[in-house]
Amino acid sequence: MTDSLDQIFVFVKHWLLDQLANVLPPAIMPLVSSVMSLLPVLVVFPSLFALTTVFERKGLGRIQNRYGPNRVGPFGFLQFAADGIKAIIKEDVVPRAADKVVHFIAPVILVITALTVYAVLPFGRNMVAADFDAGLLFFFAVGAASELAVFMAGWSSRNKYALLGAMRAVAQMVSYEIPLILSSVAVVMITGTLSLPKIVAAQSTHAGLLPDWFVFTPWGFAGFILFLIAANAELNRSPFDLPEGESEIIAGYFIEYSGFKFALFFLAEYLSMFALSGLGITLFLGGWNAPFAALEFIPSWAWFFIKLLTMIFMFIWTRGTLPRLRQDQLMNLAWKFMIPMVLVNLVAAAVWHFTGPGITRWFTSGALVLGAYMLLGKPQFESKDIGKRTYRFAD
Amino acid sequence: MTLPFAIIAILIIAAATAAMTLRNLIHSALAVAVSFGGLALAYLYLDAQFVGLTQILVYVGAVAILIVFAVLLTRGGEAPEKSVFSASWIWGLLITMSVFATLAWSVLHSFASQREPAEKVGATVKQIGDALMTKFVLPLEVIGLLLTAALIGAVIIAMRDESPKTKMEDGRSKMDKSSVPSSILHPPSSTGGRQ
Amino acid sequence: MLGEGIIKGMAETARNFLGSYVSAERLTTVQYPEERSVQIENARQFPFLVFDGDDPMKGLRCVACQICEKECPPKCIYIVKSKDKRADYKGQMQLYPTTFNIDLSVCMSCGICVEVCPFESIKMNTEFELSTTDRFGGLLVNKHQLAKSNDHYRKIHPTDASSSDAALAVEVAKAQAKAKADVEAKAKAAAEAKAKAVAATPVAPQPVAAT
Ligand code: SF4
Ligand code: SF4
Repeated sequence: MTDSLDQIFVFVKHWLLDQLANVLPPAIMPLVSSVMSLLPVLVVFPSLFALTTVFERKGLGRIQNRYGPNRVGPFGFLQFAADGIKAIIKEDVVPRAADKVVHFIAPVILVITALTVYAVLPFGRNMVAADFDAGLLFFFAVGAASELAVFMAGWSSRNKYALLGAMRAVAQMVSYEIPLILSSVAVVMITGTLSLPKIVAAQSTHAGLLPDWFVFTPWGFAGFILFLIAANAELNRSPFDLPEGESEIIAGYFIEYSGFKFALFFLAEYLSMFALSGLGITLFLGGWNAPFAALEFIPSWAWFFIKLLTMIFMFIWTRGTLPRLRQDQLMNLAWKFMIPMVLVNLVAAAVWHFTGPGITRWFTSGALVLGAYMLLGKPQFESKDIGKRTYRFAD
Repeated sequence: MTLPFAIIAILIIAAATAAMTLRNLIHSALAVAVSFGGLALAYLYLDAQFVGLTQILVYVGAVAILIVFAVLLTRGGEAPEKSVFSASWIWGLLITMSVFATLAWSVLHSFASQREPAEKVGATVKQIGDALMTKFVLPLEVIGLLLTAALIGAVIIAMRDESPKTKMEDGRSKMDKSSVPSSILHPPSSTGGRQ
Repeated sequence: MLGEGIIKGMAETARNFLGSYVSAERLTTVQYPEERSVQIENARQFPFLVFDGDDPMKGLRCVACQICEKECPPKCIYIVKSKDKRADYKGQMQLYPTTFNIDLSVCMSCGICVEVCPFESIKMNTEFELSTTDRFGGLLVNKHQLAKSNDHYRKIHPTDASSSDAALAVEVAKAQAKAKADVEAKAKAAAEAKAKAVAATPVAPQPVAAT
């Protein structure tokens, strides 16, 4: 029973495929199969986007001791419908000086790249659209293409703010891609594979009470935190929302977009947020595995979504807490803290791997990570660049 | 030649032609990015997953961005008024033709063209890693050294000779001591004496 | 240690997040159309014209001096003077506005018109639910819409209204005293002219206390 619930989507897909195989020519069956794997992604995640916008606004409201949206529908949960209708019926203004073609393509590419990365994410047991041998690489490669789309959006608008936003966004994404990738490389080193389902499989065992998730190791914990920070920066979400910086450059690279295209940017942003959360879950939080063996009766895809919602909550929470960084602080954080940290973390993972099971590897690996954190964090915290600011004239 | 390959080839060539002929530099850069993407597709089509994806990651994600930045930082992305065709094109054409002819000749006459096509092996990431760490470890290390040298060089170029802060303090201390006329530091009083 | 502040901040926001569900005092927002917060006395939105008596048009205090029109920073007041005159609250003959329009969509609620008006005739209202579906004319209000009774002013701004009333009373008193003095002076002059021989005791004009 639990098994069939766990595999219900897989069964449904196979059943549908069998039905279709009778009517359709066998040549296009692989195509039909992949379409059927991707279709749920195209339905589930945009709806999750719709819900998340409401959740985010309500959450931010609660963090600021407000109610948040509570007018449209029960408890305001239909707010996304109102927003969506508004976005669609709004006039789509394209600046006269804009590069019309590029201006049009940019949001489309952004959404496509954001959706494509879902192909390699395992949502549950046997639930991955494309089991690539190099799935992780695919994820990052497609994600990297979105940088160009951001640049296209900013450049084609012929707007100073848009261009500034695009330059900021690209500089930020290029800088934080390195810690993002390197923090994942630690996991690749341990599991010896780039395929995401295999990485999940490597975390499916239990060691005593704790599951064998990588977040419960010193290097995995540090890697997870670094991954979260880098992901936050990649997503241009607060505190790394300099490319959008409402108070400085209004909306950054999508300032000249209106109506539905504007909504597409938001869709892309949230879709990449879910995708990166999904990747973080897969790499560090054991993917679709249940935390305790006793809880395995809950289907694997449900576990994935529970974890996904937790990650989304984390993102909303940080957004509600932290103020925006300055540009120099951003770069200092990336190049003077994050990158040295991930490099040390790689060493820590290697030490963990070669020290064999036992308490020693906890100590050595943990001491390495903690020592690096103290050493790197101290000057950062005390220096004027990122620490407390002193004013020469204003005091 | 199969249909997918033909489509990919046409895409690459069309994008490359567009990159050469478009007037707007940014458009050219974007076209280059498209042709990089086409190359990646070609690799993927040939079952070289790792190379194809790395091509996207490095070329579309980084090199194209670098080109675009270089264009933006050096001069405006304005389209030049005059035609992109010029007389020197003829020479360029001649040279490229001869290079192409030489390459084509050598490729056609190399042993690679006579070789039997090997049966399809998908080079997995693991195999590539093993090869890099055993057979090709020396080239890998040499390339690593080269890149590190380039990195250090870039940092040294970007580094300022002296930090602006010490410079300013120097300047101020100079100003305090000698370079400022004493009349500014000590305004003469009405009685003519110094206070 | 690096990150300490972040954890503290996260704890604070978490406390807000959870606390807002359990204690209603934390929520400072007012659910507007159903609930309203009490307006403070000094609240001001847009100007209105004060009238005395019962007939809004007859009782308008405004004498169309156009000072407010000139002083209004965004120039949203438009006044047309009357050709004839009529008696104002002091009994003096004054002009009155035949047209007095304010474009509330332009008005920035600065209250300068109120400060400069020498006749206590324009005051700030507290009405704020003015939304309209007419984008151009809906907020262009004329003197009929602007006229509000002095009682209304007393109700919305009691302190200001009493000081304004007192100031007016002083004015009226002065005017009456002046009128009386004029009358008496005239009478005196007449009396003097009439009977030079008759010794007349000079009467000091007595100020009439009429507050
Ligand atoms: S409140 Fe200010 S802006 Fe409005 S009418 Fe009076 S002077 Fe003009
Ligand atoms: S409101 Fe006052 S200042 Fe304005 S025209 Fe009337 S009397 Fe003059």
